[in-house]
Amino acid sequence: MPDVLVLVDHDGERVHKCTYELLTAARRLGDPAAVVVGTPGTAARLEEPLARHGATSVYAAESTEADEFLATPAVDALELAVREVSPAAVLVSATTDGKEVAGRLAARLDGGLLIDAVDVDSCGVATQVVFGGSYTVRSQVTHGLPVITLRPGSFEPEERPVEARARQLALPPVDRVASARVTARRAALAGDRPELTEATVVVSGGRGVGGADGFKVVEQLADALGGAVGASRAAVDAGYYPHQYQVGQTGKSVSPQLYIALGISGAIQHLAGMQTSKTILAVNKDPEAPILGLADYAVVGDLFAVAPQLAQEVAARRAVG
Amino acid sequence: MNIVVLVKQVPDTAAERTLSEADHTLDRENADLVLDEINERAAEEALTLKEAVGAEVTVVSMGPDSALDAIRKVLAMGADRGIHICDDRLHGADVVTTAKVLAAAVRTVADVDLVLAGNATTDGQASAVPAVVADLLGLPQLTHARELTVDAGRVRVERETENGEATLDAPLPALVSVTEKINEPRYPSFKGIMAAKKKPVETVDLDDLFPDADADADEAGFRVTRTGVVEAVPRPARATGTRVTDDGSAGRQLVAYLIAQKLV
Ligand SMILES: Cc1cc2nc3c(=O)[nH]c(=O)nc-3n(C[C@H](O)[C@H](O)[C@H](O)COP(=O)(O)OP(=O)(O)OC[C@H]3O[C@@H](n4cnc5c(N)ncnc54)[C@H](O)[C@@H]3O)c2cc1C
Ligand SMILES: Nc1ncnc2c1ncn2[C@@H]1O[C@H](COP(=O)(O)O)[C@@H](O)[C@H]1O
Repeated sequence: MPDVLVLVDHDGERVHKCTYELLTAARRLGDPAAVVVGTPGTAARLEEPLARHGATSVYAAESTEADEFLATPAVDALELAVREVSPAAVLVSATTDGKEVAGRLAARLDGGLLIDAVDVDSCGVATQVVFGGSYTVRSQVTHGLPVITLRPGSFEPEERPVEARARQLALPPVDRVASARVTARRAALAGDRPELTEATVVVSGGRGVGGADGFKVVEQLADALGGAVGASRAAVDAGYYPHQYQVGQTGKSVSPQLYIALGISGAIQHLAGMQTSKTILAVNKDPEAPILGLADYAVVGDLFAVAPQLAQEVAARRAVG
Repeated sequence: MNIVVLVKQVPDTAAERTLSEADHTLDRENADLVLDEINERAAEEALTLKEAVGAEVTVVSMGPDSALDAIRKVLAMGADRGIHICDDRLHGADVVTTAKVLAAAVRTVADVDLVLAGNATTDGQASAVPAVVADLLGLPQLTHARELTVDAGRVRVERETENGEATLDAPLPALVSVTEKINEPRYPSFKGIMAAKKKPVETVDLDDLFPDADADADEAGFRVTRTGVVEAVPRPARATGTRVTDDGSAGRQLVAYLIAQKLV
């Protein structure tokens, strides 16, 4: 079987779940080979969980400056790995960084770029949802190496323990004139709740929540359901909730089993980020709000009455069950 | 300073968008086309710099005849000149070709210090074109900027993504893509609109940008796309759901629904 390169998304200590999804998807196309870009020692730390999820080789592309520059070390590493193994495809998570790395790699190799796929079959045909969920498109690379970015949350990661071969890639020194240096990083604070794009339940609040205090109601319902909290852009812009939780076209795309919209009108840019959720519930006091037309269960009412009651009922049921 | 702003004309997101039956590309004939909102912000950054330190601002757009309207709008906001890349062969161009063509157009502008773009378009949502243009031009990519400072030959950016915030630093020349949070774009004034009609806009095609491509055996400059659509289907509208008006028991009704759906 040909190799399929997978770019590992990690924070130096931990492999992010979206990488396990890539490894699972990669098995459909060939033998998953993981590429770890980081400071020396990173690949050795991450090898065990990668092998447990089916990586038949782990390439270490390491240098002391690898995490100091934006995107370039990852593009260089993948380019080197492609030249070394001639893979059937390269898979990268469709995160902000991942899409840029994938695009630059495709351009350098004159390969075909498939962006934000939600599925990929054994022939390399990718499924994409475009225009905020109004079309499902299946496309394929027709020239050059397929470089596919996969939307996080699209695959159920599977464990498939294998022996991984450890390999090295010699990263070239970063060209300081052609690369942006990261001089400071402020990681988004991860709370106790599940990661937004990984959660099976997402409860989001909009401008209707009325303020930062009001978001307690949203959080309580999310906690009762074991879900993540999201927010509309209007809520984020008004300072009710931090940007990292924004759902929509310019925020995160989520596709949970259950999405609950509280005090959100349902603008097309918001729908773009949540329309593929399996079940949608909405509470809005305006009977004309577009979100109510989209919901599987729509409540015309005050979120401050409905959400606490729902949270309480769910908690009571959890206590019994 | 010489600044190039990359702008794209996109279908108005407020309107319905359709894919053409014939080739699964965007049906532009049936769409309301506007200058992408985030690009107005990229233009605004360029014009702010122009006012602060002095700059010549060139607007570049690749698109059909109608893309000229997008260029004129940025000229009306205050940019100096435009380059319109218009060629029927570019219909359906993929990210790689789009970036190659834009990079070639930027190369025609002398001594560029800064290339500005939006961080994502509302139609393609690739969010990749600016990074690829930077790679092709050998420029540092400072993408997804919420704040931009240019000082003493260097550029600094506050980057905001789903993973948090970062400060980026690089020497000029550089490419910066901006998010919708960076500023509030100005409206073109009546005077600006009148002046824009007289500002120079150069129309170029692939032969102008890649004069040697014909001789080039692999014709790389002309490969329009490296991907093909196998199938495009409109997603079925969601089935009409249940609708209730809260009479004080909606929370309890919802929980019953969630139990029935095995969601709790
Ligand atoms: C380029 C661009 C990108 C964008 N990207 C995004 C994006 O990524 N994500 C996003 O969300 N938006 C995005 N937007 C903004 C989008 O157009 C809307 O402005 C935004 O989604 C509105 O948020 P909202 O529904 O919370 O606010 P509103 O539209 O103001 O709706 C608030 C709703 O709350 C209801 N309400 C008020 N009080 C109560 C109550 N007590 N109980 C119940 N209901 C109540 C009201 O009836 C109303 O329907 C983008 C816009 C542009 C132009
Ligand atoms: N056809 C085009 N002409 C000019 N600029 C473009 C074009 N396509 C993309 N861009 C630029 O790249 C940005 C991001 O686009 P995208 O990567 O397609 O989401 C846009 O906001 C523009 O600044």
